Amino acid sequence: MPDLIAKSALHGTAPLTLAGTTLAEAAPGPITSIACFPGTLAEVAARLGGFPVPGRVAGDLVWTGPEQAFLLGRAAPDLAGIAAVTDQSGGWAALRLTGPRAVQALMRLYPLDLRPAHFPPGSVARVPLGHMQSVLIREEAGFLVLVFRSMARTAWHEIETALQSLDARARAGLEAPSS
Amino acid sequence: MRLTCPLCGPRDRREFYYSGSEDYLNRPAADAPAEAWDDMLHLRVNPAGVTRDLWYHETGCGSWLVVTRNTVTHEILATERVADRKGGAA
Repeated sequence: MPDLIAKSALHGTAPLTLAGTTLAEAAPGPITSIACFPGTLAEVAARLGGFPVPGRVAGDLVWTGPEQAFLLGRAAPDLAGIAAVTDQSGGWAALRLTGPRAVQALMRLYPLDLRPAHFPPGSVARVPLGHMQSVLIREEAGFLVLVFRSMARTAWHEIETALQSLDARARAGLEAPSS
Repeated sequence: MRLTCPLCGPRDRREFYYSGSEDYLNRPAADAPAEAWDDMLHLRVNPAGVTRDLWYHETGCGSWLVVTRNTVTHEILATERVADRKGGAA
């Protein structure tokens, strides 16, 4: 059995800082989708130690749909017979955006109000980034963006372009108030 | 046009896939006569006014929704999840 070398979706891409805001590839570790079978939500929650309500993160569990969540960073317990458990680790790319212009940059791309009053830390949304399916997670320090792995460079390009525009406005003295 | 997903909140129409009439939820019994199946598959009223259709939240949470809307005023009157309506799990 050959020893394979795992490469991340944006392998070799250095973090980018523009307008004081940093875009970097993130490594959330194993990603496991947990989709409850009908009527098993309480049992699944008991074995996982909780289950997120719609639009929220609960510890290392991220809501991704009706009675469905992603478990980030650890292996799932045995849920045979009560939930569909699939390893999604290689299927997603993760980008982290932190800094004072993160909200403004992403609000150029996402059709959501991402200001802290409306999308506070611990929030999650299934929402398109441009035309890409994505999972958008609000962390304390910024945002974690999950997109399909094949979309990694496109997502990076979109966010980079938004940051460049904000950076140019700041340099030209057209800076909008930070939110 | 915006639709309010019960789980995700108000979202742009382009996040949703339009499937067709709510009639598709009302399947005849397996042994129903061919006429009943023909009605379900092909016969539609085409109201100028309130209509109910099935929409899928494609680039969102993946819920099937029943949307009540007015084809004359373009008003969206209600959105509900099919799973909630049946009282079952998603």
